[in-house]
Amino acid sequence: MDSPHARRERPGYSGPAPVVRRLGERPMQWFRAVFQLCLWAGAASAALAAGSADDLQRARTRSLAATCAQCHGTDGRPAAESIVPALAGRSGADTVQQMLAFKAGSRAATVMTQLAKGYSDEQIRQLAAYFAAQK
Amino acid sequence: MKAALNPSRRRVLQAAGAGLLGSLAGCATTRSGPSAARVVVVGGGYGGATAAKYVRLLSAQRIDVTLVEPDPAFVSCPLSNLVLGGSKAMADITLPYDTLERTHGVRRIRDRVERIEAEARIAVLASGARLPYDKLMLSPGVELMWDGVAGLRAANEQGHILQAWKAGAETTALRRQLEAMRDGGTFAIAIPETPYRCPPGPYERACLVASYFKAAKPKSKVLILDANPDVTSKGALFKRVWAESYQGIVEYRPQHKATAVDAAAGLIKFEVQDDVRADVMNVLPPMRAGAIAVQSGLANANGRWCQVNFLNFESTAMRHVHVLGDAIQIAPAMPKSGHMANGHAKVAAAAIVAELSGWDIDQAPMLTNTCYSFVDAQRAIHVASVHEYVAAERTFKSVAGSGGLSSAPNELEGSYGLNWARTIWADALA
Repeated sequence: MDSPHARRERPGYSGPAPVVRRLGERPMQWFRAVFQLCLWAGAASAALAAGSADDLQRARTRSLAATCAQCHGTDGRPAAESIVPALAGRSGADTVQQMLAFKAGSRAATVMTQLAKGYSDEQIRQLAAYFAAQK
Repeated sequence: MKAALNPSRRRVLQAAGAGLLGSLAGCATTRSGPSAARVVVVGGGYGGATAAKYVRLLSAQRIDVTLVEPDPAFVSCPLSNLVLGGSKAMADITLPYDTLERTHGVRRIRDRVERIEAEARIAVLASGARLPYDKLMLSPGVELMWDGVAGLRAANEQGHILQAWKAGAETTALRRQLEAMRDGGTFAIAIPETPYRCPPGPYERACLVASYFKAAKPKSKVLILDANPDVTSKGALFKRVWAESYQGIVEYRPQHKATAVDAAAGLIKFEVQDDVRADVMNVLPPMRAGAIAVQSGLANANGRWCQVNFLNFESTAMRHVHVLGDAIQIAPAMPKSGHMANGHAKVAAAAIVAELSGWDIDQAPMLTNTCYSFVDAQRAIHVASVHEYVAAERTFKSVAGSGGLSSAPNELEGSYGLNWARTIWADALA
């Protein structure tokens, strides 16, 4: 479940980039590119209003991830020179492994052994997939 | 790739892009989508600043957010005891609001809300300006109930007895009082009955003042006069620090409920116990939700705290008004802390964005709390917890088996504590 989720995390921001990169020299290609942009933006906007199942799940997971942000930074990106590790972009498998080790007490820590016990294994997998998809 | 675009083509693309955004915006205003929605956030502390940012973030900037806060900058209560101890300056705990405006497009108004017109959904400012809202997020902090201790209001207004519980000018003023105190003098901190803002804060303050005395005025004393029957947070850890690091300096006296002060005589009077004389007095009166919440009839728990629906933090007294942070009637084991206010703000922001987007709101929100207390300039102790919404009881409860305390004060946690502050400030403001 990691990979499809990971690709869907930032649809709004990754959408137009390939179109722009493909721009050629002839005007028709410009209009086609703009038309594609419109289609993409229209779809993104409709999706936000309608709230597809994927969007809903993504919003929920983002909120769950926000419970980590006070120490690990918004969306897992900590403040400059943080001594607490970034979660954004970390491999999902690694995050799951570390969290389960904190939870089991097999990895020592000051706080994380106590906090990890507050999350279900399923929540840990969702969090790990969310952070893995953040750049 | 961008280098390949010649200027005229770039203009074409920009024009097309602008047109596209315009048409999207135009389209969006014709349906009741989130782009039409307006959220007004009242109070720019840990709860309000986070709420303003996260509504913008979670709505992909589609919801209009206005933050109403009279102060020009954010001043952190967490770490403010380090200013009293002398290892930090006010500049270290003061942050600007401008990133919230520049990066996240939050509109900021330096004013205060005078009243709420609930039916019309309008927040009326002191300036007379009227702000219409779809959702109002109220993060008013606490109001100190001066009249709970006879003579305290006047003593505070005259600058004799400070609270410094809202970090700011009084923090600096209390530090000056401590610096001016003679060696051999007594600093007394009086703690109100729970619930009050920041349960471990008074004990942390006692430690940091004691650490200053130990280094600079070793014959001086710190008296902790607690209205509660015992230390309300991190008790065993604090008592160990007082015994091991501040023996002969810190004295803890439980069941001392302050009822009156006599600033001229330097006296604090108590419900039962004998009067206490001190050179520098820091008397914290009982607290309740910030004034705007009380005046608006939102403080429906004992007239002091605001009851909320914990799924979205909507007031149980007023529709479309969501109350965050220290002002709420807490769930079991939920502290009144900056970290918790930040968590409230995120749950409320997600629920508001969901509601305004036509989504179902999350039925299983989560909250965390990690609270560091410094025992000197380097060492800290923590208490941590994880809270889940329990639908059957319609409240948050600690997840069984989660959470805990430090085993002992240590420097690693001191550096984590400072790191926590930098990171949560950025989470709320940057």
